[in-house]
Order: sequence, then C-alpha cells, then structure tokens
Amino acid sequence: MILNDALKEYCLRIADNSSILAHRLSEWSGHGPILEEDIAMSNMALDLIGQARGFYSYAATLEGKGRTEDDLAFRRDAREFVNRNLVEQPDHKDFGTAMLRSFLYSCLSYLQFRALMNSKDETISGLSAKAIKEVTYHVRHCGDWVVRLGDGTEESHRRINNSLEELWMYTAELFEQNEVDALLVKEGIAVDLTTLKQDWLNLVDEIFTQAKLTKPAEGGYQSSGGINGMHTEHLGYILAEMQFLPRAYPDAIW
Amino acid sequence: MHFVNRNLANPKQTSNIGMETTLSVEELNKREAEFDAKIAGGKTIEPKDWMPERYRKQLLRMMSQHAHSEVVGMLPEGNWITRAPSLARKAVLLAKVQDEAGHGLYIYSAAETLGMDRSEMIDQLLSGKAKYSSIFNYPTLSWADIGAIGWLVDGAAIVNQTVLAKCSYGPYSRAMLRICKEENFHNKQGYQIMAYLMRGTKEQRDMAQDAMNRFWWPALMMFGPSDTNSPNSADLMKWKVKLHSNDDLRQRFIDRTVPQAEAIGLRIPDDKLKWNESTRHYEFGEINWAEFNQVISGNGPCNKLRMKQRTDAHNNGAWVREAAAAYSAKKAASKK
Amino acid sequence: MSDNNHQWPIWEVFIQPKNGSAHEHAGSVHAPDGEMALLNARDVYGRRLEGVNMWVVPATAIVASTPEDVGPFFDPANDKMYRWPNYFKTPEGIKQIS
Repeated sequence: MILNDALKEYCLRIADNSSILAHRLSEWSGHGPILEEDIAMSNMALDLIGQARGFYSYAATLEGKGRTEDDLAFRRDAREFVNRNLVEQPDHKDFGTAMLRSFLYSCLSYLQFRALMNSKDETISGLSAKAIKEVTYHVRHCGDWVVRLGDGTEESHRRINNSLEELWMYTAELFEQNEVDALLVKEGIAVDLTTLKQDWLNLVDEIFTQAKLTKPAEGGYQSSGGINGMHTEHLGYILAEMQFLPRAYPDAIW
Repeated sequence: MHFVNRNLANPKQTSNIGMETTLSVEELNKREAEFDAKIAGGKTIEPKDWMPERYRKQLLRMMSQHAHSEVVGMLPEGNWITRAPSLARKAVLLAKVQDEAGHGLYIYSAAETLGMDRSEMIDQLLSGKAKYSSIFNYPTLSWADIGAIGWLVDGAAIVNQTVLAKCSYGPYSRAMLRICKEENFHNKQGYQIMAYLMRGTKEQRDMAQDAMNRFWWPALMMFGPSDTNSPNSADLMKWKVKLHSNDDLRQRFIDRTVPQAEAIGLRIPDDKLKWNESTRHYEFGEINWAEFNQVISGNGPCNKLRMKQRTDAHNNGAWVREAAAAYSAKKAASKK
Repeated sequence: MSDNNHQWPIWEVFIQPKNGSAHEHAGSVHAPDGEMALLNARDVYGRRLEGVNMWVVPATAIVASTPEDVGPFFDPANDKMYRWPNYFKTPEGIKQIS
C-alpha cells in the first residue's frame, strides 16, 4: 500500500464516522425531548457534517480523480464505507441511546483529534485543530446527559443501562486498526489507537462513576470490521435514505 | 442583542395579571385611557406595564400560535434532512430547521412574559386547543418542496414578521427583530434551491413546478382570512399588534414574489394573475377558503401526522426531562 | 399530559459580545440547574459567533423595578445637569484643557 492511498483511506474513515453519526443525530431534528436539546443535537450534527466535508474533500484531493466530497458521501456503497459500527447503530428515538452513542464515540474522537493536531500532515493537523473544539463540547454535553440519566430517576437509570448493554459490543471496535494505520503511524501522520485506549477508558469510567453505571462484563460479543467495510444491517438503510436523490437522478446538480 | 428582556422579571411576578378585578371602574378607565394614549404615541408596552386583559389574552393567543407554528414547522422540512442531496444542502437545511426551533423558543420566551409557562402553551398545542399555521399540514413530497417552503413559506413569514417587529409589545417585537435577522438566509436558500432546479434537468424543472403548484395557494392562505372575515383583526390593529391588514400583506407578498418566479421560469398556478398598471399591483384569483377552513379545523392532509409527531416527541422526552430535574434536585439537596 | 410536563425553571442569558465589553442580555432558556442552563445557553444563543463569555442567572433571582418606579428612580437626575461635562463652559480666552 502506498502512503497516498493509506492517507485517503484514513480520511474516508474519519469522514464516514462523522457523516453517519451526523445522520443519526439529524434524525432527531424536530423530535428532541425539549427545544433546547433539539437545538443542541442539531449543533452537534452540524459540527459533524462540517468535519465530514473537510475530510471527504481532502480524500478526494488525495485520490486525484476529480471526485468531490459529495461523490464520496453519496456514491459509495455500504461495503466501501469504513466507519466504526457504533455510529450507525439506531437509537429508536431513545434519547439515552443517542447520547451514549455520541459520548462513547466522541471520547475516542476527542483523543484522536488531540493527537492528530500534531500530525506531520498539515491538512490533517489543521482539520483536527478545528474539530477538537467541537468534539470537546460534544464530550461535555453528552457526558453531562449520561450522568443525569444514569443518576436521575429509577426509570432513566434502567433505560440508559439498557442502552449501555446494547452499545457496549461496538466499543472494542473503536480501537481496531489495519495496514493503513501501521503505515501512517510510522510516518508520524496518524496516531496509534492502542495508545489511546487507556485514556478513553479513563474518560468513560469517570462519567460512568458519576452516572452510577457499570460497564458490561468482559467476554460478550464484540463487533469487528467496520474499517474493512464489514457493517451491521443498519448501514444499508442509512445509505438508501441518504443517497436516494443523487442515485435516482445521477445527472442532476442540486 | 437586547430582544426578549422580560424586563428581567419572573413571569410569575409580571405585570397586572388578574389586577383588573381589584381596580375600581374609574381607575380601570383611567388606566385604559393611559394605555391607549401610550399605544397611539407609538410607545412600547413592557411586561410589567399595566395592560388591558384582552390585550394580554390576544397577544398570548397570537404569540403562542406563532411559536407553535415555528415548532410544528420543523416537521415538514425535517422530513428531508436525511435525504438532502448534498452535504452542503444537508447542513443548510439542518441549520434552518434548527433556527425554527430557536425561533419557537424565542417566541415562547417572549410569551412567557405574559404569565403563561411554556409547558402550558405546549399542552394547549397538543390538546388541540391552540392553533398553528395551516401551511404545515401539507406534505413535503419531493426535494423541490424544501425549496418551495424556504422561498414561499418563509417569504410569506418574513413579510409578516417584518411588520411584527414594529408591534407594540416589547418582548414580541424584539424577538421578531432577532428572528428577521436570522431568517433572511432561509428565504434565500429556498429560492436558490428552486433556481438550481429550474436550470437543471427536465425532471428537476418538473419537480420545481410541481412544488410551486402545490405550495402557492397554501402560502397565500398563510396571511389569514380576508379582512372582512378576520374576527380579531380590528382589536389587534387598534393595539398596534397588527399594523397592516391580512389582505395588504398578502398583496405585498404576491407583488414581490411573482417577479422572482418569472426570473427563474416558474409559472404561478393562477390563470387570473395579471399586473394592473393603474393600481401597480397584481390581481389574482379567488383563494379556496373552504379548503383553508377545513385545514385550520383539523382536516388537512397532515394535521393528524403533525400532532402525532409532536405528541410523540413530547411524550418520549418526558422521562428525560424528569431525570434531569431529579438529578438537579438530588445535587441541590446533597449540597445543603 | 401535565404529569409528564415538569417545567424546568427559566434562566436569563447574558453574553459578552467581545473581549473587554460588558455582558448583554440575550434571552432565556429553560434548565433544571446552572450547568445545564449554561450548556443550553451555549447551544441556543451561541449559534452565530455571538460572543466570548456567558452568564446564566435564575430569572427568579432578578429583582426588577416597576413601571411606577420610573419617576422616583430616574427623574431626580433631570435637574442635575452638572453631572455632564458639557454643562461647564470654559471662559473665553482660555485654551481647551481636554
């Protein structure tokens, strides 16, 4: 694998994660538990769309075939998507699931962007410096809700605990790496995710302690393979919806 | 930046709620005369100022209706956020729908200065007691509808709101000022969507014309019944809550929108539409008021769906609101 | 419906538009406590680069003067024009000192 291809793949990964999580969050527009929170969820989704655009554009440039950010977002099929399976999980309009999903992902994303600010690739470090501010807030906002729901009422504790049971199986995968990472880490462009795992656990544990939540026992099923295009069934539906217009009217400009 | 400023009072402490009963008739007449003079002199009424009970009630009805419209109005457009055709369009639409939530929030805040909690207003919406704009009871069937709504529906709303920014009630007027400033891009993004469609493929042009055909008349209905038929108009105009009649505003909207349609090659679905050189206005066909009345009274294509969506969001959020309150209470108790 | 309708209290939001300037009232939000009021204020009133700092204050903590207070509170300043510098005319022939 050559460096340029690895870097493109790495950007696609970040962009796919952002874009798919933004999709999930944007499903809440008009359906939030209270107006203030409706607005907050859209803010997070907008940050993520911005991140996706930045990284898709860079991926398109690296690819050099004249494709655009939208071609990469709207004209690739599920097996080509390289997001982590956590972000594609549905929440069935359970607010706790939505907050926990974003919290678990944002903790990783925060640590990753923090490290990538020192990337030897200037575009990556620049995009990361912008994203880190956004993601820092996402961790705070979602973490705050995880605590409130965990230590709120009996019902809220039960519900967020169920969400945790559902989502935990997608967390080991957050740290999976492949030859892309190996190459880029060696060049000082990417961060070795195994070095972030303990920090991630610390962030998560701190919030879980306040939320009076216990992590599910080790040894249960853990999903794998998002970065290699192995997804859950949910991604196909997200893409069917998201890509409908550009696919149905391939010649149209919107 | 100063726009809601509830006179920085707790709404529960505001103004003269229920005071009329304790006032003598002479005193009441005197206050009413002072109030009328204030309005006539172009002064702004603030939350703690004395105001006739009917002024308060009419304002509250109008403002809560307006706030409800913003919030219900998120739904038809929200319907296309996950299907927006490009990342840029998706971001713009999401930001626009989010603004509607913000605008609903600003107006609810302003209305709360009149002594009613937001939760009570929401109860009135969900129980069907309070109304919202009939336009949001029409479905969004294609991407072009997002263009049509931004251009026509927000265009109509801006005509209304620009005038409301000068209304006599301070908190409402200040909320409107902020909203008008923010809403400017809504109208522009809608028109841009339509313009792009009209210079696109045949399918796209058809899509745009179809949206125009479906949204033109409902947009005209947004200004409300004809003045001869608008029960609250006289009072509201006397109090400078309304500054122009429904028909005047509708005409203003038509006059500015027809040339915009022509500029991008869209046909207005009205055979009677024609420019009158002597009045310098467009003449237009008869609005289907029977349809308007049907939709307002609950029998539009999406009334039930919209109410179900709002009710579900409210009910699905109940445990969340309770949990946050319970958590705060626990924390406050442990500090003591 | 009202039993799932716990209304959170109102908080007034003040934003410092830029470094060095005074905080201004921006609007209000509902929140069960200060921390969430601050987050909500950020999300609702910080969407368009509005400022550099925020305060949230429980609406109930604000004591406001009444319309009847306007006379006794503000009119007494009417006849004290000497509080304004332009009240003082410099005699002719003397160079402006500021």
